[in-house]
Amino acid sequence: MTAEKRSFRTANGGRVDRSQRLRFRFDGRAYEGVAGDTLASALLANGVHLAGRSFKYHRPRGILAAGSEEPNALVTVSRDPARVTPNLRATQVELYDGLVAESQNRWPSLATDLGRINDWLSPLFPAGFYYKTFMWPRTAWKSVYEPFIRRAAGLGNAPKLPDPDRYAHRYAHCDVLVVGAGPAGLAAALAAAESGARVMICDETAELGGSLLADCGPLINGRPAPEWARQSVATLAAQRRVTLLPRTTAFGYFPHNLIALSERLTDHLAVPPARMPRERLWQVRARTVVLATGAIERPLVFPGNDRPGILLAAAAQTYLNRFGVRVGSSCVVVTADDAAYQTALDLHSAGTAVPAIADLRAEAAGVLPEAARRAGIEVVAGSTVLDTHGDLRVSGITLGRVRGGEVQPAGRRIECDTVLMSGGLTPSVHLFSQSRGQLIWDESLKAFVPGRPAERTLCAGACRGIYDLMAVLEDGAEAGSAAAAETRGAGTADSAPPRRSFLVETQTRSHGAHAGELPQPRTRSRSKALVDWQHDVTVRDIALATREGFQSIEHVKRYTTTGMATDQGKTSNLNALGLVAESLGTAIPQVGLTTFRMPYTPVSFGSLAGVSRGDLFDPVRTTPTHAWAEQRGAVFENVGLWKRARYFPRPGEDMHAAVARECLAVRGACGIFDASTLGKIEVVGRDAAEFLHRMYVNNWTNLAVGRARYGVLLREDGFIYDDGVIARLAADRFHVTTTTGGAPRVLAMMEDYRQTEWPDLDVWLTSTTEQWAVIAVQGPHARRVLETLVEDVDIGAAALPHMAVARGRIRGVPMLLFRVSFTGDLGFEINVPADFGLSVWEAVHAAGQAHGMTEYGTEAMHVLRAEKGYIIVGQDTDGTVTPDDAGLTWAIGKNKADFVGKRSLDRPSMKSPNRKQLVGLRTKDPRIVLEEGAQITDKPGQSPPMALLGHVTSSYRSSVLGASIALGVIAGGRARMGQTLYVPMPGGDIEVEVTGPVFYDPSGARLNV
Amino acid sequence: MLLIECPYCGERPELEFTYGGEAHLVRPTRPAELDDQAWSEFLYTRANVKGVHAERWRHARGCGRFFNALRDTRTDRFLAFYRAGEPRPKAGS
Repeated sequence: MTAEKRSFRTANGGRVDRSQRLRFRFDGRAYEGVAGDTLASALLANGVHLAGRSFKYHRPRGILAAGSEEPNALVTVSRDPARVTPNLRATQVELYDGLVAESQNRWPSLATDLGRINDWLSPLFPAGFYYKTFMWPRTAWKSVYEPFIRRAAGLGNAPKLPDPDRYAHRYAHCDVLVVGAGPAGLAAALAAAESGARVMICDETAELGGSLLADCGPLINGRPAPEWARQSVATLAAQRRVTLLPRTTAFGYFPHNLIALSERLTDHLAVPPARMPRERLWQVRARTVVLATGAIERPLVFPGNDRPGILLAAAAQTYLNRFGVRVGSSCVVVTADDAAYQTALDLHSAGTAVPAIADLRAEAAGVLPEAARRAGIEVVAGSTVLDTHGDLRVSGITLGRVRGGEVQPAGRRIECDTVLMSGGLTPSVHLFSQSRGQLIWDESLKAFVPGRPAERTLCAGACRGIYDLMAVLEDGAEAGSAAAAETRGAGTADSAPPRRSFLVETQTRSHGAHAGELPQPRTRSRSKALVDWQHDVTVRDIALATREGFQSIEHVKRYTTTGMATDQGKTSNLNALGLVAESLGTAIPQVGLTTFRMPYTPVSFGSLAGVSRGDLFDPVRTTPTHAWAEQRGAVFENVGLWKRARYFPRPGEDMHAAVARECLAVRGACGIFDASTLGKIEVVGRDAAEFLHRMYVNNWTNLAVGRARYGVLLREDGFIYDDGVIARLAADRFHVTTTTGGAPRVLAMMEDYRQTEWPDLDVWLTSTTEQWAVIAVQGPHARRVLETLVEDVDIGAAALPHMAVARGRIRGVPMLLFRVSFTGDLGFEINVPADFGLSVWEAVHAAGQAHGMTEYGTEAMHVLRAEKGYIIVGQDTDGTVTPDDAGLTWAIGKNKADFVGKRSLDRPSMKSPNRKQLVGLRTKDPRIVLEEGAQITDKPGQSPPMALLGHVTSSYRSSVLGASIALGVIAGGRARMGQTLYVPMPGGDIEVEVTGPVFYDPSGARLNV
Repeated sequence: MLLIECPYCGERPELEFTYGGEAHLVRPTRPAELDDQAWSEFLYTRANVKGVHAERWRHARGCGRFFNALRDTRTDRFLAFYRAGEPRPKAGS
């Protein structure tokens, strides 16, 4: 298949290389473009305007703009099934040989789209229709309405395969960051670099130069504008302290001058190098930011203003002068501004007929209108547009005349294949507003311009409403010098840099602007007048919103969704404001302005994620025995960042079978468990005991060296924060253990008190979590196993009773041995340096085989501790549980004047007998295992809402008891012993009996052996 | 991301720090002597200023030290950084 016969490429001129032909496909059809094209310019060169279907009404849409503000031409570009990028603006897609692009939101084809029925049914879909339409029945919300709306209204589809590309992150610092490399940006960068500052300059397009590349007329210092731009870029590139970043969008402005940039590295290449990242996210901290973001031309709002072939005038100028493409053969220009005259003149000399320039202003005088008339173009002042004609391409326009404020009913139809419109310029204040800089309304420009900045920000050129080239260049240079001076810390008054001057030869232009709809006669055309092209918001929708009482622009925006599409209203916001102001009979500043938010243009998830995905998404912490457990087929669970062995299934076992076997082995013989993840903090210093005495509820000053104690830590508000065994290794040295997840926050809390409340205490805190491997050996045979392995330590019951700690050696390795138990059976915890963890573990495991030793995981550990009523902080407590609630009053040191949280325990509400207290729960049917989190009530057969007494916190099947067990917190629970309560579940109430929390060996006989 | 000046290490990005709430709240030396109202005020009542706020930061992923800062909560602009234990500077008060 060949491309369309007719080519709209000019014979010469522009920034493209006509000798390098590039093949590409759009919607399956083959076309040809040239090097330097965007997809949009290449399509237009082939005479293709129809590029997409609108979001809601599926109206045929053409290319409207030439830059990132494009609302219509959203395409999907695919390289392979995994490299599919939807919703790209064709105006920003750089052409490469073999590019494949598809249009979106149409079926079966772009030219014949059945979704167009929405357009004809549009009276049924006004603004907010989904608030009014999809209400009943409620059951259809998720199953019918949402899938339907999502399918009917939409953008492109994301690929199903994982993204195979690499994305890089980079941090940078500079003195001056210049955003935008048009005339103002280049002048600023040159001036700043000249003063020796470290300068970065970025631009979202492939070639630095901005509007200079699209305007061949003016001469700067005697050279054509594009040539001046090229030389300026070369001057900057030659300097070591300057970084040039083309294809780089500054999309976010964060506090303290942190700017996020998205650099596209390979999307423009036919064959991307395999090792190169696709995109790079820069986070740049700049001393001073110069915003030279330019301005975006405003479309005009009139009936039928969205047909393919209707473009912004500045876009047509860019296509002609930068890409060498005429946008049509016959072109009517509608304008509120002089700039479009230059476009008309350029097109006219390139061979495009210009039947008329319709000027909205009452007078069309000045250099440019005169030049147009001299060129034989008809100029009609006091014009308006009544309608346009055509379907897949505009075929004509009906112009009207405004006389004395009245629109004459009769129009004049002109045949044409292109309409260019210009409503004046809208300064791009997005980033300035993101930085919380104040915006002020400029009535003469009919636009918001930057006011007082919130950061060290300078705005230059068109983004602050300065449009004349010479003034723009001077403004840029001044901003660049000032930014560099601010960096040097020089006073601005005495060291003001010499004013830079530029010799610019260009036509003088007068600037006008229009916000809102063009004047319409009393009986207006039925054609839709679009305000927001991308979200299909019309004049009628805005009128409906104000009629229904929405007056603030924030409300109108959300009700009509104007400005809420992916283009963030770059072309629509001011027209919407104008319409709201007009219909409310007020001024635009009174209507207000919606907040600009990042990103300026969409940023890929890949770019934001960088390398933080897959294995690198989060660090993984493993214990010294991890590989051993893996070999044994352990099933792991995530506990914070830790991987912990949950159970060790043998062939044919499910989790219940494995856990039951592991539990019975511990109770009947002995088990071995990796407890290395326990948090460990060494507390050292002359005042170590005093420090712990103040932090924990327990008494620490009377703890003997070589002894350990179960400690409870509260927050100052009296609720349990953490717990763990604390051993005194020397008079001035304690080994504190914390919960697995609690270690960092406990250390942070201790540091807080140490540094800020009691800096006078002589105490040092060191995290030792990863220094120690902890091997728990638990069960009646535990001592027998260890006796064969340990040296230099007596582990007999008398020498090392429960809660004692001793140093010794195990298989030659120095060891800290704790006699502690989290199972209620005889138990030891062997602490050895982490590097020896695996070899000691293997030695203990081998020696244990003669005594029935079984490795067990966290699931069995949970069951075993629950059988004894030992709590787990964070599971049985939730930040509202006091020591008394948890049955831990015994741990509180007697006669302590103070500890963290003590005063709070004396508040009346903390002593109420009706607080939720920890109790045991036994199901009447011992086979039923309650669900953790299930609610508890005192009457059966209720339906919600009902009074709830508390909930289940822990629940397991206990193999040693042959029944299910559970812990729960219940209002006034300790006074309810023996009561029958109910756990309401979807299958009916489950009867439970309230018991004490200790289910197994309540006397503790098995512990003290 | 804020740029924060640790008095011990210098300017660092916010992600190296943790926030510590209002500064200059001193834990009573004898909490038992406070009545419930006074204790609850110490626990829960904060100035929550719109304007210059003295607040605590910790250079948690750096030197680990706590220090204080004056920040204008309306603009996120810092007016001063100073060490824990030092009096609140005059700036902006």
